Amino acid sequence: MGTVTSAQQKLGNRLANVMIVVALIVFLAPIYWIGSTAFKPRNLATTVPPTILFTPEVSPFVKLFTKRVQLKPNEKVDYDNAPWWEKIVIDGGERISRSGKGEVQLSGYPSRFLNSLIVAITSTFLAVAMGTITAYGFSRFKVAGEEDWLFFILSTRMLPPVVVAIPMFLMYRAVGLNDTHIGLIILYTAFNVSFAVWLMKGFIDEIPREYEEAALVDGYTRMEAFWKIVLPEAATGIAATAVFCFITAWNEYAFALIMTNRKAQTAPPFIPSQVGSGLPDWTVIASGTALFLLPVAIFTFLLRNHLLRGMSFGAIRK
Amino acid sequence: MARIELENVSKVFGNHTALKDLDLDIADGEFFVLLGPTGAGKTTTLRLIAGLETPTVGHIRTNGTEVNDWSPSQRDVALVLQQYSLYPRLTVRDNLSFPLRSKVRNASPAEIAERVAYAAKTLRIEHLLDRKTDRLSGGEMQRVSIGRAIVREPHVFLMDEPLSNLDAKLREAMRTELKDLQMRLGTTFLFVTHDQVEAMTMGDRIGVLNHGRLEQVGTPHDIYRNPRNAFVAGFVGSPAINLLSGRINQGRAIITPGSFELPLGALPQAATGEAVTFGIRPEDLHIVSGGPVAAQVHDVENYGTEQVVTLRVGATHLRASVPAQIAIRVEEQVRFGWLPDKVMFFDGQTGVNIGRTV
Ligand SMILES: Nc1ncnc2c1ncn2[C@@H]1O[C@H](COP(=O)(O)OP(=O)(O)OP(=O)(O)O)[C@@H](O)[C@H]1O
Ligand SMILES: [Mg+2]
Repeated sequence: MGTVTSAQQKLGNRLANVMIVVALIVFLAPIYWIGSTAFKPRNLATTVPPTILFTPEVSPFVKLFTKRVQLKPNEKVDYDNAPWWEKIVIDGGERISRSGKGEVQLSGYPSRFLNSLIVAITSTFLAVAMGTITAYGFSRFKVAGEEDWLFFILSTRMLPPVVVAIPMFLMYRAVGLNDTHIGLIILYTAFNVSFAVWLMKGFIDEIPREYEEAALVDGYTRMEAFWKIVLPEAATGIAATAVFCFITAWNEYAFALIMTNRKAQTAPPFIPSQVGSGLPDWTVIASGTALFLLPVAIFTFLLRNHLLRGMSFGAIRK
Repeated sequence: MARIELENVSKVFGNHTALKDLDLDIADGEFFVLLGPTGAGKTTTLRLIAGLETPTVGHIRTNGTEVNDWSPSQRDVALVLQQYSLYPRLTVRDNLSFPLRSKVRNASPAEIAERVAYAAKTLRIEHLLDRKTDRLSGGEMQRVSIGRAIVREPHVFLMDEPLSNLDAKLREAMRTELKDLQMRLGTTFLFVTHDQVEAMTMGDRIGVLNHGRLEQVGTPHDIYRNPRNAFVAGFVGSPAINLLSGRINQGRAIITPGSFELPLGALPQAATGEAVTFGIRPEDLHIVSGGPVAAQVHDVENYGTEQVVTLRVGATHLRASVPAQIAIRVEEQVRFGWLPDKVMFFDGQTGVNIGRTV
């Protein structure tokens, strides 16, 4: 029993490859769909069966970044002295408005995208920083009721977010935090920090204490030992935790929808709002979504070396 | 330079007592070896002195000042940990200079370079200086650990089995090297090992630790010739001492009445008729044709200059070391005797040495 001939092994390898290809197709199909729709002419977006071959267009992106505004009577637009982005928009798009009295302006998308970046990056940084320090404390010091604290921290994630959404909204409105960046940052940080604590505790537990102890004996303070020894060793874990927190904050929809409407609105609630009334323009939605996918992809790509080691959850070589 | 005292120190982890009522007084400039089997509490003792643990009860003093509340960096000890604790992302050179760069020491670059070069030379790791530590072999790591200790001039060196991963030849060389270093620096050394050869060859004094208790403190000779109890006698010496249970009757040791009886010299005061454990070192057993007891040769191990012969008397096995040139074959019938003056007497119940001359 159990003897594996090389023929069997080859078959197994081939089978594994086939399965990987199938899995890739399954996972990448939606991304392909979004990506291709983002470049389709509007009339091809909803054909059945889907159109595979078409001449790509940038018009969905133009529409994504622009909006048409009806000019008030007698309002004049000085096209020659318009800001550069408006010029780009005008050159790339159609001169619109049936009456001819329309103007093309920058849409809300860039600012929503920027909001998403501000909120996601800041809250990720805060959650990971706080989570790392807290996890270090739990990992290295005797904490009275440690198990209970850790359970409590985790338990904040057990409630579905919608349950607290309404009370949160009322609280936020009362203290003036709704539709502010700070408000969303606090919310996402609070949401992610429990996760960061648990994840980082696993990673820090794996770092032998002997490293810090040697540094203490060598004449360094606990803080110095933490900075010089623990943090570099925990880089892998920090990267993995940061990616998870960033993805959560970046994709968050429910709270963003409830808590923001203009100033601090992030991309997730904005994109569907563009469906609008009448016939939705799926190409615009797809281009917005495609751009929205990029930051996470870039962030993950930048941290890939750390992640490959980090995803095995703290398997640090001693 | 420092005298290190532990007074009545106990350390309890949860419900496990790692150290119990430890009293230890290590003189300034002494090479003190802490010897004991695994789990005896050797590492715990070092960690207490280094300030990485606090004693559950008791006092730790350096030069007469209580240091219980001092942080590790205040205590100014150099520690070579049992598990290598080299900083994994740094090169060997950076590891060696790490202690010198701390704020408390704040050495100049020239001084750092000089000390690192000296340590590397002493430990023969100059060729490794620019390597990262995570690819080093166990023995190389240990030498770098020692190097990180000797770049400093601490009050005391604490070394936790620093030679355990070296091959025999290097270990012997490092033993001499460390001993030399200690003589040259005149610094107090507390050296932990479970290897009794290391303890015997290096220590000015040895403390034998077992189950968190200090069984005996003494010079190597004292520990070897005058062990306080059967545990110390059995732990020190290679090949190990022979321990035989029996009784004393009319000035003779009776192990098996009739067939296994041996003469004795001076008798301990107590104990005629009581259960006694006789201890005899292998070199004090002699295989001679007219010897009082008959035995069969069970096994012969040749070590070059000497051979260790395992003898079988009934169900009892004894080991004797005899010169290598004497021809002995396995399963041969021989007779043997012992040097009556060298026999040790241990209480059959408690294991305490009842014939001890102190
Ligand atoms: N932090 C700790 N928590 C709980 N028990 C501990 C702790 N440190 C040590 N012990 C226990 O204390 C006892 C003594 O441990 P110690 O490490 O001092 O032994 P040792 O003599 O150094 O052994 P070895 O030769 O194997 O290194 C052991 O039973 C060990 O399990
Ligand atoms: Mg130990």
